[in-house]
Amino acid sequence: MMVKFDDNTAVDFLVIGGGGAGAIVAKELSAAGFQVIVLDQGPYLHEEDFRHDELKTKDIWNPPPNIGQPTLVNDHSLQPNTFRKTPNETAKVKPFAQYGRCIGGGTVHFTGNYWRFHEIDFIERSRWGAVEGAGLADWPITYADLEPFYTKAEWDLGVSGLAGASPFDPPRSKPYPLPPMPVKSSGVLLERGARKLGWHPFPAPLAILSQPYRGRAACGHCGFCESFGCEWGAKSSTLATVIPMAEKTGRCEIRPDSYVRKISTDKGGRVDGVIYFDSHKQEHFQKAKSVVVCCNGSETPRLLLMSKSNLFPQGLANSSGLVGKYFMVDQGSMAVGTFEHPMGEYKSVRVTRIVHDFYDSDPKRGFYGGGGMDARFEGYPISFALNGLPPGTPRWGAGFKKTLSENFTRTVNVFSHTTCLPVESNSISLDPGLKDAWGLPATRVTYKTHAEDFKTLEFFTQRSLELLDAAGAIQKWSYPEGDKTAAVHLLGTCRMGNDPKSSVVNKDHRAHDVPNLFIVDGSSFVTSGRNQPTCTIQALAYRAADRMAQAAKNGGIATPA
Amino acid sequence: MTPVDASRRQFVLTSLSGLGSVWFATRWPAILAAQQQAQAAEPGKFQFFSPEQAANVEAIAAQIIPTTDTPGAREARVVYFIDRVLVTLDKPSQPKYVEGLKDLHSKVQGLFPGAGEFSSLTSDQQIRVLTAIEKTEFFEYVRYHTIVGFLANPEYGGNYKETGWKVIGFESDMHFEPPFGYYDAEENKAQSNDGQI
Repeated sequence: MMVKFDDNTAVDFLVIGGGGAGAIVAKELSAAGFQVIVLDQGPYLHEEDFRHDELKTKDIWNPPPNIGQPTLVNDHSLQPNTFRKTPNETAKVKPFAQYGRCIGGGTVHFTGNYWRFHEIDFIERSRWGAVEGAGLADWPITYADLEPFYTKAEWDLGVSGLAGASPFDPPRSKPYPLPPMPVKSSGVLLERGARKLGWHPFPAPLAILSQPYRGRAACGHCGFCESFGCEWGAKSSTLATVIPMAEKTGRCEIRPDSYVRKISTDKGGRVDGVIYFDSHKQEHFQKAKSVVVCCNGSETPRLLLMSKSNLFPQGLANSSGLVGKYFMVDQGSMAVGTFEHPMGEYKSVRVTRIVHDFYDSDPKRGFYGGGGMDARFEGYPISFALNGLPPGTPRWGAGFKKTLSENFTRTVNVFSHTTCLPVESNSISLDPGLKDAWGLPATRVTYKTHAEDFKTLEFFTQRSLELLDAAGAIQKWSYPEGDKTAAVHLLGTCRMGNDPKSSVVNKDHRAHDVPNLFIVDGSSFVTSGRNQPTCTIQALAYRAADRMAQAAKNGGIATPA
Repeated sequence: MTPVDASRRQFVLTSLSGLGSVWFATRWPAILAAQQQAQAAEPGKFQFFSPEQAANVEAIAAQIIPTTDTPGAREARVVYFIDRVLVTLDKPSQPKYVEGLKDLHSKVQGLFPGAGEFSSLTSDQQIRVLTAIEKTEFFEYVRYHTIVGFLANPEYGGNYKETGWKVIGFESDMHFEPPFGYYDAEENKAQSNDGQI
């Protein structure tokens, strides 16, 4: 049934990356009548490929020995990173950036947290002012511009939640399509603690179906959400939602195992296709009239930098020199508590209640930064036994076994999800020496946490401990905040803006330098929000696709000669 | 999973309301097939360890997760898991075991001159030996493999009959219904009582 295009057919839109953003762009554009090809590095997996098998996830990451098999994410043995904290250092090999590497991308294995940005997330620079050592800036769009597309995402994909339950929520034009998921013990404890403290807990919005929706089954509460693919199709990944819709149009080809190494341009500086490796490492040239880059905040700038040419000596779309700069990551803190009774927290979805009382920055706190909090059980049997026990627990023997047996069903983690300041020297670049298994330059990550971000983390650690106390924890602990050693939310590296000198794409996601090149993913972010980016990435994708379709229909996209 | 279990689950799942039941009826057999965890074959020959090495590794594992009022690493057949991963997923760790077991032998002789193998020591003596080597890389490897073997899917050769999962209170199932645990059950009850008043 699926359409198959020839390499020599210049399709209307070639989308690189079929993940959280790219799959939406592909579906919207093919539904609007355009021919679309999606090229993705990763495999095309299906529900029957997903297993309850903890050895086949990222969570068993361990210093050697390490027998975890990353099946849904990038494999650093094939695509290594190098890492350094500051530009003066020589980067050393280290697994740092992690991303979903299959059709559906990170939405296949994500937790499903689906927070809209608030109005303030788009205007932090004008509200807060400058922060020393950071490039805080306003977005070129507002919450009101994006609101219709948040609603579209929630209804198209299927999101469970309770509109109006949070006094901090921004205005919305429609309620959630599905009621919230049933509350778990962690949610009940969060509610009890938060109310005691005068906070305002509310049901977590989740991209997981609480009831059957548009031909898909409701969640069966099997518990294998975060890090796993959903066997039920109840998680609203793009794999379970818009990918089948795109294929049904008969105008969209999903081409997995296709690793793009260069975006090609013609003599006029317009994109005319891409060079990619197939699963046998054979090179192909696929023609296209327009290209949409939707890889992620790490692979997108890497591909643009690898696409340098005589016309674009700094890399494609990089006249500003900002491709790869202002790299932002998932910042957040964790505190842990144990409770008297068994909670069966390994069942069902991870998060059922959240708190947004400290979302906004508050000058009274004395530093920039804010965030949200949730309560969950962060573990599966193996990862919990390796990393989840209280400090001071014996590492082996009867004492170890006793604590492991008692705590597995009695532990709650309080997470905060916080702001990450955009800092120009934090970046994704090409490593000058190291190559990946295809002979392409490895990603070099430069990242150092800003001092204000550390203050924010410490603030939230204290709030989390208070919450555990108020909820009646019998034991609680936290970990000191240190430097980031890995990142899973990769943001900000092709920031959007109105000025071509200080941004990479315009407010419609078109590259300032290349008229038929678009970039839509976490790299478009100007500021980080509160470390729950998927909802906004997807709203941006719906909006960008809408703008692209209009421009193409009006002849507004200059295509190659 | 026995056929009775399978048909019970089929019943539970197909009796769910609405569209879900149609979805399950058409797709559950495929899911079941994919999820069924082939139980490890009955223990037979070791593929990597000699019988003597296996006895020593099993004895270490049984001190890391001992048999107490509940089963431990021995009952979960963790040594079979370790033997298998050393020839499959974790070949690079082979030399650590070969060297580590030699060093263990020396340590045993040093602490208990004239004693035989580690596995033949009393439990107290074994704990003394392991306490003396607990900071070594070898011990870290055995600890990691023991924990993983105790709790990984049984198809990898350990966690025999889901022993490890039962010890920690983890139920392996494809479907649960609320309430999931103590506090949400308590909350649901409180709410329904409120309703009656």
